[in-house]
Amino acid sequence: MSTVRARAAGVTGHRLFWPLVVLVLLLMANAIYRPSFLSVELKNGHLYGSLIDIVRLSAPLILVALGMSLVIATGGIDLSVGAVAAVAGAVACLYISEQPDQNSLGVVLTAVALGFGVALLLGAWNGILVAGIGIQPIIATLILMVAGRGLAQLIAEGQIITINSGPYKVIGVGHLLTLPFAIVIALAVTVLVAVLTRRTALGMIIESVGGNAEASRLAGIRSRRITFLVYVVSAACAAIAGFMMTANVSSADGNAVGLWVELDAILAVVIGGTALAGGRFYLGGTVVGALLIQTLTTSVYAMNIDPQTSLLFKAVVVIVVCLIQAPAFRARFRRRRSVPVTPVEPVGTEKEQVPA
Amino acid sequence: MAKTGITLTRRGLGAMLAVGLLAGGLAGCGNSDTGGDGDSGSSGGGNGKLVIGFSQVGAESGWRTANTNSIKESAAEAGYELKFDDAQGKQENQIKAIRNFIQQKVDVIAFSPVVESGWDTVLKEAKDAKIPVILTDRAVDSADKSLYKTFIGSDFVKEGRLAGEWLVKEKSAATGPVNIVELQGTTGSAPANDRKKGFAEAIAANPNLKVVASQSGDFTRAGGKQVMEQFLKANPKIDVLFAHNDDMGLGALEAITAAGKTPGKDITIITIDAVKDGMQALADGKFNFIAECSPLLGPQLMDLAKKVKAGEEVPARVETEETTFTQEQAKAALPNRKY
Repeated sequence: MSTVRARAAGVTGHRLFWPLVVLVLLLMANAIYRPSFLSVELKNGHLYGSLIDIVRLSAPLILVALGMSLVIATGGIDLSVGAVAAVAGAVACLYISEQPDQNSLGVVLTAVALGFGVALLLGAWNGILVAGIGIQPIIATLILMVAGRGLAQLIAEGQIITINSGPYKVIGVGHLLTLPFAIVIALAVTVLVAVLTRRTALGMIIESVGGNAEASRLAGIRSRRITFLVYVVSAACAAIAGFMMTANVSSADGNAVGLWVELDAILAVVIGGTALAGGRFYLGGTVVGALLIQTLTTSVYAMNIDPQTSLLFKAVVVIVVCLIQAPAFRARFRRRRSVPVTPVEPVGTEKEQVPA
Repeated sequence: MAKTGITLTRRGLGAMLAVGLLAGGLAGCGNSDTGGDGDSGSSGGGNGKLVIGFSQVGAESGWRTANTNSIKESAAEAGYELKFDDAQGKQENQIKAIRNFIQQKVDVIAFSPVVESGWDTVLKEAKDAKIPVILTDRAVDSADKSLYKTFIGSDFVKEGRLAGEWLVKEKSAATGPVNIVELQGTTGSAPANDRKKGFAEAIAANPNLKVVASQSGDFTRAGGKQVMEQFLKANPKIDVLFAHNDDMGLGALEAITAAGKTPGKDITIITIDAVKDGMQALADGKFNFIAECSPLLGPQLMDLAKKVKAGEEVPARVETEETTFTQEQAKAALPNRKY
């Protein structure tokens, strides 16, 4: 009996439990509104349905949020990811639009390499400002958030670059083994980052830098190098996301690509259980957070919620997720019901000293 | 070690700020050169030529660039001297430019206000100097209507109505219900509100025409595509798509194709704007109808400038000459499109 209860407490106490519950509730609400929401059919040899849309559209956000997780783990933040995505997408699309044969694979690979290279430079710029010069991350990346958007518009000369390139389009809307290619890329990058950080000491080193950079340095970790590295990785992830966003509509709009994606990414990271203070990160949680945010957006359209109220709807769901995920809030709620499931909870005992 | 790091930081920041200020100052200098076209040596109206001072919002989009070019070209064609100023999206630049125009004693001042409010003082100065003012493209909210002579610009309600009227005519033979989905512009923006209103008024003429879903696609292609994907899944029978601009319509095209339907045939597509990519889609048969939102108000502006200078009465509100395009008209017009 007690083991069952302990196990139940273990499940509900898991940091992914509540985000997953909300995700399932959202999907159920959609299914009640329109039963066919959950149906997935095979169309033209690939999967088709609202669920597939959610997965495909969340791919760029997953990528950006992955990079953001690592940056936040070091106690930093990267506000420039949206602008970097816009620059990378604009560079790639501009190059493709100037080639005589837009459908050549070589052209597309060169374009992607160019966009990626520019993004790495921008990431290195962030890294130098934060790790090298020591500017606060929020200020350092704010510079590129504003300037990068201007750079993207400059590259596109204020116009929307429209391209007609089959191979480039695959990045955004192609399919691999009936699955959207974008999500395959996003998952591959997720696995790569997970293996590199969790199967080696790298993840722990990143967390230790976030916990205390100076102590880590004294312990023999090159803190600055690690900090520099995470900003470069973040920019690299943003670049791939930028390719997906521009390939999705076969055009690069310097004003719109990746607009506000930095805020969605931070939200995804927080929903996933990573603290903004740094020192810890949970990649699985970040992926769930990104899926939850995209599901919210898609629900608004699928349930035809009035545009004037949709932002409020999103805000309410996010607040609920954040609140029920906070141990302090849950502990207070549980104490009201007066049956403490786990009597020795540090948060609970602390709270008991506060007069109600 | 740490200490030097901090001092370095401060110095670095200071240097960066200094560089930023310098760059800003330089841009400002370049900007305040209102000489623009024509000989800047002659101070306003000396040689009998009509002198117009024009302050543009900025160069934020292809539409705006076409607007600027139209005004410059038609001034050159009419043989007027144009003092052109780019406000770069800042009201203080625009106020400074207008004061410059007043000092230079130009014959007519025209400008596209960056924001709606805060113009009373500078417009009063122009009035006291007896220089007539024409607003272009955007309105101001001054209570005193005598501060400016006229306002020339697009009528968004009319654009929506033209789109709706075409649809009513097109579907006049329909006996059953016609399901319409609508892609709205950015929630709360004037073009989105007005186009929605105009369209709704027009289609009320036929009770068979019904908007079954309406969502904001933020005027972007990605937004239009994402919303259309869900519209297609939630509504098995969609007959018509009405998008508040070409870009959202272009995004929706991809969603429609991915759903295995043929845009322009299975689903009738109506948009507003008539930018180049949109006109191309119309000529290719993917769109069915576009109501134009034209930036080419230069010739009309020159005509108005001449009239107000001569002291003739002009209407308080002048609509930009705009047209509509069907697929055939788009094919004919496409080679000559300027934007």
